[in-house]
Amino acid sequence: MNESAWDGTLSASEFSASAQAFAEKWKLNNPAYPPWTWVKSLEVPIFATNQVSLVEEGYLSLENVCIVKSNDDEVASCVEGEASLYDKEDEESTDSATLTSSGNDNVQPYYFDFHIIYSASFRVPVLYFRAYCSDGRSLGLNEIESVLPANSAKVLLESKWTFITQEEHPYLNRPWCKLHPCGSSDWMKLLFQAVEKVDRPAMELYLVSWFSVVGPVIGLGIPIQMLKEP
Amino acid sequence: MKEAQEFVWMGAIPLQIHLHESEVTTVPPPPPALILAPRIGYLPLLLPLIKPYFSSTLPPGVDTVWFEYKGLPLKWYIPTGVLFDLLCAEPERPWNLTIHFRGYPSHLLIPCEGEDSVKWNFINSLKEADYIINGNCKNVMHMSQSDQLELWNSVVNANLEAFIRSSSKLKSGTIEDDYASKSSLSSQKSQKMIGEADTSVQTKTGKVPVRLYVWNVSEDFGDMEDAPPIDSWDRISYVNRPLEIHREEGKCFTLHDAIKTLLPELFGKKRKPSEGENDEQSFGSEEETKNNRMTEEGEGNISQPLETGSTADDDPEIKLLRIQGIEPKLETPISWVANHLRHPENFLHVCVYIKVPSAKSL
Repeated sequence: MNESAWDGTLSASEFSASAQAFAEKWKLNNPAYPPWTWVKSLEVPIFATNQVSLVEEGYLSLENVCIVKSNDDEVASCVEGEASLYDKEDEESTDSATLTSSGNDNVQPYYFDFHIIYSASFRVPVLYFRAYCSDGRSLGLNEIESVLPANSAKVLLESKWTFITQEEHPYLNRPWCKLHPCGSSDWMKLLFQAVEKVDRPAMELYLVSWFSVVGPVIGLGIPIQMLKEP
Repeated sequence: MKEAQEFVWMGAIPLQIHLHESEVTTVPPPPPALILAPRIGYLPLLLPLIKPYFSSTLPPGVDTVWFEYKGLPLKWYIPTGVLFDLLCAEPERPWNLTIHFRGYPSHLLIPCEGEDSVKWNFINSLKEADYIINGNCKNVMHMSQSDQLELWNSVVNANLEAFIRSSSKLKSGTIEDDYASKSSLSSQKSQKMIGEADTSVQTKTGKVPVRLYVWNVSEDFGDMEDAPPIDSWDRISYVNRPLEIHREEGKCFTLHDAIKTLLPELFGKKRKPSEGENDEQSFGSEEETKNNRMTEEGEGNISQPLETGSTADDDPEIKLLRIQGIEPKLETPISWVANHLRHPENFLHVCVYIKVPSAKSL
């Protein structure tokens, strides 16, 4: 690939490597959150001359993240670990790092599942997510937009880079919400040129940088430490 | 090129559409609607033709239209012809579908708010194809709203002339193949092209937008009539992965090569027994199909024709391959197939039934 003209995209194998790096950094720097898990979908044999190497393909998954919206329009993510929705008994895995203002009984918790999936067509990661109430009812697109942090709703409305649509999950045959990829490569390129001042990033850092832009749109920030090289 | 395109655009499926019994409020029930549906069109677009048959018998309420075939809710964004090729192993004429105006299965199907949803989906696919072919969406993004609308309307009306006029503004490009073309002009080009993966002046990336629908059949059946019905979308693997054409001197990249390239997990080299557990290779089970199927293989640095392993018995068998209702020979050059049989949004939709032999004990 021409080093001086990086187009902001990454290959499938670069995505897999970057995903592992992202998950490790997250675990290290975000202990209050459950870890991202790698869901393997394929092991693809890659042939080069007489050698066969296996590239593992899959996606990142973070599920049951609780997002609480109070009446003051402040949103925080409280974390319920990997306990299932109905499992209130399991205290050990519950880690409530709640950030809302206290004493507000009219708080409605919503649960989000996030999947970061590679798009072979656009050669960028794509965020898929879905939301549901504590009774298990799925949220529609409009409801989700109203649940998201106020400033991210603003971002969605005003930005031409980020918009959410309802589309089918590439593997699960169910409707999920998707944050659109068209344009991802453009802002990734800008991000690296402007912030990192390099023409081409170390690819393992791709997802960390990508998530620093995408995360806040859906109410998940990342700690500054994650952006620094280890 | 024109002839094949005409053939594709004129292709139609005779449909016999029955109103679901739960929504019939009159005695006797209304007769089914007989509609000729363009292959390159989409089921929700037929609603204006269908509704008059049933409007007087519907229960009160808001319409949320969806279609179903033998209990399987149909994905409305898949072109009608593709649905037919995939779901009717033995072509059924007319194709008997059930229409519902209530009770949309929103846990299974993404919402459809009429023609606008279908148009939006079409334009997005067009952008995706543009990106795959050119490395950017500029062609589509630079089309004016009215040009996009004109293009869309030509699809709604299955009007090829109008489509050709509209799409001239799109510059979709074609895939060059020095092996397939015979003119002296192209043989001059071919001197330059040999050995290079990215050969065409018009397709900058050398990639073809393809959507593959794979039905992994675990049982053997003689006639298509005996094929078991597809009762869930989980039985179908959907592969939305750009196809990279690998050119080799003197060799033609065929349709067969394309399928093997898109399904490396099925057609890759067999593992040696010493390499241990082989879960990914046993495709008989349903749970596996969910996770093991379609991902994006990306570059696929396969520069040689794939060897398919030890004995012929081990190889997956392509029982059926349908594109636009025809079963092209597997030796057909992929460039011809892609250029002539693609849909208006520039994707080549391929339905394939594959039988994978059950994993042998290693």
